[in-house]
Amino acid sequence: MAPDLWSLYALMLKARLFEEAATKLWYEGLISGEMHLGTGEEGIIAGVVSQLRDGDAMALDHRGTAALLMRGVDSVSLLHEFLGHPQGLCGGMGGHMHLFSKEHLAASSGIVGSAGPAAAGFALAAQYLHPQSIAVAFFGDGAMNQGMLMESMNLAAVWKLPVLFVCKDDGWGITTQSDVSTAGNLDDRARGLGLLAFSVDGVDAARVWEIAHSAIERIRSGEGPVFLHARCVHLEGHFLGLQTIRILRDPLKEMPKVAVGLTKSILKLHGAAVSERITGLKSIMSSVIAALRDPRRDHAHDPILHTRAALQSDETRLKAMEDRMEEDIHNILITVLGEVPS
Amino acid sequence: MKTMSFIQAVDDALAQAMAEDPHIIVFGEDIPLLRRDLLVRFGPRRVRGTPISESAFLGAGVAAAMAGLRPVVEMYMVDFLGVCMDALLNHAAKVEAFSGGKWTAPLVVRAPCGGGYGDGGQHEQSLWGMLAHIPGLTVIVPSTPADAGGLMLAALKQDGPVIILEHKLLSEMWLEFLGSGARKTVSFDIPAGGTKGSVPQKWEPLPLGEATLRRDGHDLTIISLGVSVHRALEAATLLEAEGISAGVLDLRTVSPLDKKTVCQEVIKTGRLLVVDEDYETFGLSGELAAVILEAGIAFKYARVCTQMTIPYSRHLEDEVLPNVKRICTAAQQLMK
Repeated sequence: MAPDLWSLYALMLKARLFEEAATKLWYEGLISGEMHLGTGEEGIIAGVVSQLRDGDAMALDHRGTAALLMRGVDSVSLLHEFLGHPQGLCGGMGGHMHLFSKEHLAASSGIVGSAGPAAAGFALAAQYLHPQSIAVAFFGDGAMNQGMLMESMNLAAVWKLPVLFVCKDDGWGITTQSDVSTAGNLDDRARGLGLLAFSVDGVDAARVWEIAHSAIERIRSGEGPVFLHARCVHLEGHFLGLQTIRILRDPLKEMPKVAVGLTKSILKLHGAAVSERITGLKSIMSSVIAALRDPRRDHAHDPILHTRAALQSDETRLKAMEDRMEEDIHNILITVLGEVPS
Repeated sequence: MKTMSFIQAVDDALAQAMAEDPHIIVFGEDIPLLRRDLLVRFGPRRVRGTPISESAFLGAGVAAAMAGLRPVVEMYMVDFLGVCMDALLNHAAKVEAFSGGKWTAPLVVRAPCGGGYGDGGQHEQSLWGMLAHIPGLTVIVPSTPADAGGLMLAALKQDGPVIILEHKLLSEMWLEFLGSGARKTVSFDIPAGGTKGSVPQKWEPLPLGEATLRRDGHDLTIISLGVSVHRALEAATLLEAEGISAGVLDLRTVSPLDKKTVCQEVIKTGRLLVVDEDYETFGLSGELAAVILEAGIAFKYARVCTQMTIPYSRHLEDEVLPNVKRICTAAQQLMK
């Protein structure tokens, strides 16, 4: 089966426009606390969520906005929630990290790895209450080191639970690079727990769709859980305002803030030998250099541009769709704020 | 006297101890970034990052402490202890009792806590009551830079597990990391008296389990800790204008609890108002009442605590967390 690229593109663009609007509102101070965007992982989310149907459940992480929008949660109530408004999806109680939609069987959590047990539980309920339904867990590669996630993969395997475990692997866990925190190979790890494992480049929503399609068919037919390992690049890093991204974008302003403390500390009496101190400094510098070489700056990693390129031959239709979606987000903002933020 | 911010004070006291005691190592998620100043001074063998695997690294910290190291294990937030409570509840807290007093686990768990910046109810809890409920754990909640540094040093000299909770509103580092993301468009109700203050030239450990009277008063005693101490002090100033003289006692440590000073102060005024950012039921505020009742003291009692899951909405959050208005109202009621 082949995916409908137009509808995948529409889903991704809807989420992107929404999150870009949320970004503006966050910078304006209208959204409080942390803000974890899904920009860059839309290809994975669209490829999976577009195949869900009534009765299917989603266990989301702290980055669940795109999945909820694509699943059909009302944009206005979601934006109200971000603003802490009583008319929000959760009455202003949850915020972007703790979004719940009972109607869509979708629950989020800011606790890394907790999507695993939640999806296992949704799937267990599905076995009794809605046979043929499945549960999807979305989480990052950092979560793969949480016991509860590995335990739920094992549980899902021994109970043949209908779960699709989707690892959105961006190579980072908050500000730590995965190669210093994750040993072995994630696909092997999942296979070792009795799951089928597939790898895919998440920039290609159509490819994600194809692999997810066969995985989901298998899961619906009762053959047990599947691990879908999809690579992606989070265009804004772990969350908005992250220091390493600020350094990347404005090194002259941000580096001195970091350097003063480092210089003072490295010269302090009493501490490690010089070679140890230099090793410490090098590890900090290497994370800055990794940030400078960061693929987040390369448009080739943007799943929306990737799919758009395949649709460009029909410019008229593309333009009509994009204009309509831009108008949609414009209307959402007018409804919620009474004006469009400049 | 030197002046330091809250987090500088904790890190400075920790650095002083690390320079003296090579057994102290520091680890937790993102620590190479968050504690980079310690990393470049003490090197990557003593300051290290972990995977997002709280059960593994906190549990390992307990046993490493039993085997002779003195780990400082950092949690991103106290809320995340939910992932790995077993290490504290069933292990760190039990070693001394189970070994007949022959073995201990001297680790320090350092965790940001508290709300007031709009991160929602899974990232803004206090939880010191839940932790202090467990015999065998020492629980520290400092409210000023000087206390934070002195109590950190005391924690590092304690022969058993200690949890030190640093309120995010007192720490510019955490507030920038989690609250503002360097935005100038958001503001928080930050108590100036807690974020910056004078500190000693050289850190000395402060006694654990010793409360301090921040303000004397003869009509009622407000007992508090952490950021709420500063809310209570602000309320006490307002109450004074109404002719109500309120004292403010800062507990500084929840466990051990300074029962003696608590009772002394309540005997003085006959009225207790507990201001506790932690949950109201089955916690510190009730414990304080029990301690004073057990001592046979007659007193009037009220409390201002967090009664529900902390809302994400900033407006609702400000109502739910103890605030000056609620403290004043409760004090006025007590005086009737």
